[in-house]
Amino acid sequence: MAEFIMIIVSAVFINNFVVVQFLGICPFLGVSKDFKSALGMGLAVTFVMTLTCLITYPLYTFVLVPLGIEFMEIIIFIFIIAAIVQMIEMALKKFSPTLYNAMGIYLPLITTNCAVLGVAELVIDQAQMMALLGIAEMSMGVAVLYGLFAGLGFTLAIVLMSGMREKITRLPINKHLKGFPIAMITACFIAMAFYVFALVI
Amino acid sequence: MKSDFKKIAFDGVIGSNPTLKLVLGTCPTLALTTMAMNGIGMGLAVTFVLICSNVLISLLRKVIPNQVRIPAFVLIIATFVTIVRLLLDKLLPDLYESLGLYLPLIVVNCIILARAESFASKNGVIKSAADGLFMGIGFTIALTLMGAVREILGSGAIFGVKLWSFSIGFFASSAGAFFTYAVFIAMFSFFSSLISKKRKKTNLPLPEENNDKGVN
Repeated sequence: MAEFIMIIVSAVFINNFVVVQFLGICPFLGVSKDFKSALGMGLAVTFVMTLTCLITYPLYTFVLVPLGIEFMEIIIFIFIIAAIVQMIEMALKKFSPTLYNAMGIYLPLITTNCAVLGVAELVIDQAQMMALLGIAEMSMGVAVLYGLFAGLGFTLAIVLMSGMREKITRLPINKHLKGFPIAMITACFIAMAFYVFALVI
Repeated sequence: MKSDFKKIAFDGVIGSNPTLKLVLGTCPTLALTTMAMNGIGMGLAVTFVLICSNVLISLLRKVIPNQVRIPAFVLIIATFVTIVRLLLDKLLPDLYESLGLYLPLIVVNCIILARAESFASKNGVIKSAADGLFMGIGFTIALTLMGAVREILGSGAIFGVKLWSFSIGFFASSAGAFFTYAVFIAMFSFFSSLISKKRKKTNLPLPEENNDKGVN
């Protein structure tokens, strides 16, 4: 149980994917202009990240390592991610057109999201994961849980960001600071807030 | 022909600098600029992948069917990233360690896919190689400068050489990364608008530049 809580706290707050590890910055800055699309993007990414961990972790440990072709990981992982995203897109189109219309535009973007490839690469690095989470052994369950909660951490950060940006667009801002610079200064404050979690624990 | 290359060089390094103007490839920029040396290492790795992928994609641009071009580009990029990773692991293990997770993530770096899509798939081999080289140089310069600023302010050192014991922890933290990047983009925008204003004031008719545009 303590291990379980440790994984959640570490993935969501201490090692937040966006503001601490800098993964998935492009959608974090690009799709955070309003609350609704930020939440949609966050949940879509969470889903893909969980599914990616569920497939890539056993594939790496039980197929690539025994065959001795670990160096193929990047090429194989990126194709699996692209295939997952494509399949979700087709499934949504067929079974839930409303959800497809709401999420449709973000789905293709997820393939090139560093957070997804990042989580796939991170969970196979056993030594780093054990140090990060303070656990004795890495397993399939931990990998999938980490994927899920890292995705929720991403969602939390992007939703917080969208709330702040909705307010900031109403303020008079110097033309050179408009757009990306002011968004990054906003992100700077969110990063400071998350930094406190690392100090507490 | 010569003015073409001049334009490519200007665009890559200043005109549409991938880091400061287009704001592409933000993840490694924010994560690896705690030290100037990491900036150079990451910059050179990306430059290598950019040149190789631009050349190969430009060579294959008439062979790859339009519908499957994106997966084909990603496959080419992933191959070169794997090559860089294996080379660095053998030749420069220290740099390999410090780049860590961000080395395989070059695959999803937007700069490379953006250049493949918007330049290499439409232009000849030599031009594409030049575009890759200068875009890579622009990225490397921006990363190194940011790394130098953060290293001097955040840990009082430059390229690992200690300068003084005074340091501001904020610049070494993740919040400092966002802040430094924001200041860099804002300053770049300010200076480029200043320069273009000056140019307009001094020679309004711009006879030479008009000629150049006609040739292009």
